Amino acid sequence: MEKMARVTTALGGNTITGRTMFCHLDAPANAISVCRDAAQVVVAGRNIFKIYAIEEEQFVEKLNLRVGRKPSLNFSCADVVWHQMDENLLATAATNGVVVTWNLGKPSRNKQDQLFTEHKRTVNKVCFHPTEVYMLLSGSQDGYMKCFDLRKKDSVSTFSGQSESVRDVQFSIRDYFTFAATFENGNVQLWDIRRPDRYERMFTAHNGPVFCCDWHPEDRGWLATGGRDKMVKVWDMNTNRAKEIYCVQTIASVARVKWRPECKHHIATCSMMVDHNIYVWDVRRPFIPSAMFEEHKDVTTGIVWRHLHDPYFLLSGSKDSTLYQHIFKDASQPIDRANPEGLCYSLYGDLAFAAKESLISSDSNRKPYIGDRRHPIFFKRKLDPTEQFEYISSSSALSVFETDVESGSMDWFVRTAKQYVLAGRPLAELCDHNAAVAKELDRNQVAQTWTMLRIIYSSPGTVSSANLNHSMGKGSASLPLMNSFNMKDIQSGMGSESRLDRSKGESRPENILMDSSSTLINNDDNEETEGSDVPADYLLGDVEGDEDELYMMDHENPHAEEQEYILPQEAFPLRHEIVDNPSALDHLQEKADSPHVSGNEAETVSLTPVESFSLISISHSLYENRLPPDFFSPIVRDMLLFYAEQGDVQMAVSVLIVLGDRIRKEIDEQTQEHWYTSYIDLLQRFQLWNISNEVIKLSTCRAINCLNQASTTLHINCTNCKRPMSNKGWICDRCRQCASMCAVCHHVVKGLFVWCQGCSHGGHLQHIMKWLESSSHCPAGCGHLCEYT
Amino acid sequence: MGSLGTADRGIKTPRQLGRGPSSFLPVEEILQEGAENAQRRIFIEAFVSTGRVDNITMVMGLHPKYLSSFWRTQYLLLCMDGPLPHHKRHYIAIMAAARHQCSYLVGLHMGEFLQAGGDPEWLQGLHCAPQKLRNLNEINKILAHRPWLITKEHIEALLKTGENSWSLAELIQALVLLTHYHSLASFVFGCGINPEIDHEGGHAFQPPSPRSCDSSPASEEGVSGSGGRDAMQEVEVLMERMKLLQECQLEEDEVTQEEMETRFELEKTESLLVAPSVDIVEHSLPHNVLCFVEDPGFGYKDFTRRGEQAPPTFRAQDYTWEDHGYSLINRLYPDVGQLLDEKFQVVYNLTYHTMAMHRGVDTSTLRRAIWNYVHCVFGIRYDDYDYGEVNQLLERSLKVYIKTVACYPEKTTRRMYTHFWRHFKHSEKVHVNLLLLEARMQAALLYALRAITRYMT
Repeated sequence: MEKMARVTTALGGNTITGRTMFCHLDAPANAISVCRDAAQVVVAGRNIFKIYAIEEEQFVEKLNLRVGRKPSLNFSCADVVWHQMDENLLATAATNGVVVTWNLGKPSRNKQDQLFTEHKRTVNKVCFHPTEVYMLLSGSQDGYMKCFDLRKKDSVSTFSGQSESVRDVQFSIRDYFTFAATFENGNVQLWDIRRPDRYERMFTAHNGPVFCCDWHPEDRGWLATGGRDKMVKVWDMNTNRAKEIYCVQTIASVARVKWRPECKHHIATCSMMVDHNIYVWDVRRPFIPSAMFEEHKDVTTGIVWRHLHDPYFLLSGSKDSTLYQHIFKDASQPIDRANPEGLCYSLYGDLAFAAKESLISSDSNRKPYIGDRRHPIFFKRKLDPTEQFEYISSSSALSVFETDVESGSMDWFVRTAKQYVLAGRPLAELCDHNAAVAKELDRNQVAQTWTMLRIIYSSPGTVSSANLNHSMGKGSASLPLMNSFNMKDIQSGMGSESRLDRSKGESRPENILMDSSSTLINNDDNEETEGSDVPADYLLGDVEGDEDELYMMDHENPHAEEQEYILPQEAFPLRHEIVDNPSALDHLQEKADSPHVSGNEAETVSLTPVESFSLISISHSLYENRLPPDFFSPIVRDMLLFYAEQGDVQMAVSVLIVLGDRIRKEIDEQTQEHWYTSYIDLLQRFQLWNISNEVIKLSTCRAINCLNQASTTLHINCTNCKRPMSNKGWICDRCRQCASMCAVCHHVVKGLFVWCQGCSHGGHLQHIMKWLESSSHCPAGCGHLCEYT
Repeated sequence: MGSLGTADRGIKTPRQLGRGPSSFLPVEEILQEGAENAQRRIFIEAFVSTGRVDNITMVMGLHPKYLSSFWRTQYLLLCMDGPLPHHKRHYIAIMAAARHQCSYLVGLHMGEFLQAGGDPEWLQGLHCAPQKLRNLNEINKILAHRPWLITKEHIEALLKTGENSWSLAELIQALVLLTHYHSLASFVFGCGINPEIDHEGGHAFQPPSPRSCDSSPASEEGVSGSGGRDAMQEVEVLMERMKLLQECQLEEDEVTQEEMETRFELEKTESLLVAPSVDIVEHSLPHNVLCFVEDPGFGYKDFTRRGEQAPPTFRAQDYTWEDHGYSLINRLYPDVGQLLDEKFQVVYNLTYHTMAMHRGVDTSTLRRAIWNYVHCVFGIRYDDYDYGEVNQLLERSLKVYIKTVACYPEKTTRRMYTHFWRHFKHSEKVHVNLLLLEARMQAALLYALRAITRYMT
């Protein structure tokens, strides 16, 4: 096609040329309609009724039909339609309920022809029969549709929708006798013009008013409807029941729909409120408009394709008092700006992610998928044939993130969730307990963190050396650990380049390194590793032969990393007395890109004493004498962020709860809320309802706290008639019987009622408790062995 | 038993002043034994969620279908998730009700405000509230009395970024709350709702003297007196006219458009005259209501005043609730649009096909006349309505009542209530009040939403 905006289309001798252009009207337009030869357009509104000639470069006003000194309300048009058979014939629907026809062939200045004043309320729509010259149909707010023969003075027949106001009427293009009517209550009716007594068919198309409808110009059975519920729906009327075949969700209520000529699946829409653009949709791709016209500055009220067989010219009128001719070439195409992406989980938990190639930052480190499922994680990347996106001629990439079957198990998560204690004891005990839990699950880094937290925040003198010791020297246990960190790896694979993603040259997850540091901490018991990380490194590195394929995300700076973590530690004599932290920190920060985490570590390291217990005492004196209580807050905050970013939101939330006010104000509400919701979501996925509820209760976010206040209603059925009891809990409306009797005292239970889930007998909480203390059978005598816990 | 005991010990117990929920309607009308199921269920629901069945709810209970819709909307506005914090919602309700000096609603929401954790300081008056809420005062004033004056500049002023700016969603909720409580104030005065027993003026320690006791509304001097027969005739005449209108509508189309235009103008100007003739003794307002009002002199001014440039008539067809209002509100404050829409529909279509002692009557013309008359008083015109109908269907005393309740509800008197439709049932008069409430709310909302639309484009 041409590159210019000017478009010429030949249509059987008739040539349409033009460009995008507009003209100012004197007043807002309510509706527009074109003449059959596509050379003229009529614009109607409350204060305007004019005919414009569409010339090549501009609109030229041809005729003002609003004549007379004080124009009456008959000129206040809600709708206008130009006859497609007779170019002298127009009809308008007036807001006061009058249907007027106009004959341009009249010699006088006033072209008004006939006046039908049969409707009692505003007429919303008029429609000429596509092939019959004298037949006019109108639909009004009063709920009636009327068919007029223009040769007669009155209506020929009246159709009563029996429901609310009629919003649109449209003759079927193919079926001579059929027309569709849409209603304010969401219904669409099909009528046979010969049978005014009742509709042929009715179905509910939308929720709320159906503002418009349009028959497909070619496909006989297709009807498009648009409603206040922001939907455009396409119905196939060929079958017995109208079937919804396409549905487009727009962003505002749909005021008009018009099928695009010569394009079977294209439809133009404009909206009633708020949104001023005109969209052309391909109904098969309902999520993004295929073209968009953004010229209007107020809502578009009328759209019409300029010629019956030309898909490139669209005319529109608007409340902003302009009349536009849009050329398809000039339309903006949102698809150009869109970033097509797809994301899907497979049956086995693999994640496929497809995106335009240009969007995926070229990361040369990613290696092709080898196809070995033994490894915990694979990152596969290959070019995908572009036919997936038929409209875009850019290449896309498909990435598949696989998870190992066994590593997919979230056992550790469930167990941790169950065993953690988050409240009810002194902070020190909580930390110890949780550290022990983590330790037991071989999550050394987490255990270490808990221990550190305890040191930082709790009062002196209660730490047993065992707590520190249990994190020692177990670097070799790293394989299961890696599994537990799959979450993190997936994340980094997906391109969120977290700074924690410094998976190492030998590609060990970080926790292993942390472990090595803990090894160092405890090396007073473990002398042979002292001062040399080589054995440890070797130990750790010896995880699996082909790590290179294991972790392909980041190969950039493995050794730098190693330095960052291990060498500094080495740089200190491990047995020295408490050194100045500043120098240690400085030293670290020179190399570290994340000073906080490593700083944290440096803290521990530099504190590393000769004996583990001395560590504690020293750290306490440090804390008490020199540091303000919130000295560690930034570090702890960064630690939490670190865990959350890693995907271990469990840790973040648990610490948040345990520390409570000590740390809460450091982290902004929204982040906290986000963590809480993620954690609760996870817990609920694992059906850990009790724990999730506990977390909700313990949370300090208001938004979270109120979560378990919702949907607390319990619906019960009457024990007699088995019908739902609506009113009160204890008496049934239908059978007038007291439904919930206590099985022990045989009185009505009005307060707390406890049921056995097995036999559904029950009664007053107190009574049942008492009963079951002495007996294990159901008090009702049904023989069930009830349990009360 | 309890009260006896305390009385014995010489402790004064407060007693309720006035009988029943309304001082206009006899108690027996409202509290019928064995009330309908639906009605009871709403009462229970109301009790469970707010801890009381207030007098408004009791009176509205005469129309359970409407009440359930009303209740859901109010519940959503006040208690469900929304952009505004709960205490602020109640404060806005207080501000709105205070505009009409409705101490009943002000009192009710002062309690709720405190319960929602509001700062008691704010209740000292508007000057103690945060600037953000005080900024709402201007729009509150306009919406309460002359909604047609609201412009996009008002909206702009509230939304312009700054320390105390409103977000669009917040503003919408505030606007709905304001209009809701303005029109609810109309209902309170229109039905003569009595104060709750625990509110000021709702109880006394001395038993009321016998005379004031029988001032309870049960005595219907107006009807039982000589006016009885006249009133009967009035009903008949009204029936006749309605029938005529419904039948002859097709024939009287000779009326020119100019005629229609003038009829609307006539109705508007005539509504000037139906202002309550005698200015009832100004209530000495309790300070606790006045303190929420700034510029108390600002009141309803007639839409068309001779010699003044009237603001352009609002054409109902150009900005309808169904098309434009709903779409806008639903975009900014989703669920409310749906509920309001339902409520408007319920009230507009509510009918029992009865009129006074007649059954099986199509009252649609009458209902439409009332609805459109309220809109007319606020300057909204329907192109497709012949305002001559209003004149034929609404007698003068009814017009006076409607205008008063809609525009300056605080001036409503019991006399006005008893004087219109003397042979109609009380429940029918409450029905009129419901129509009034909703029509008024819709009118104000339409003006407000139109301003927002203009601001947005």
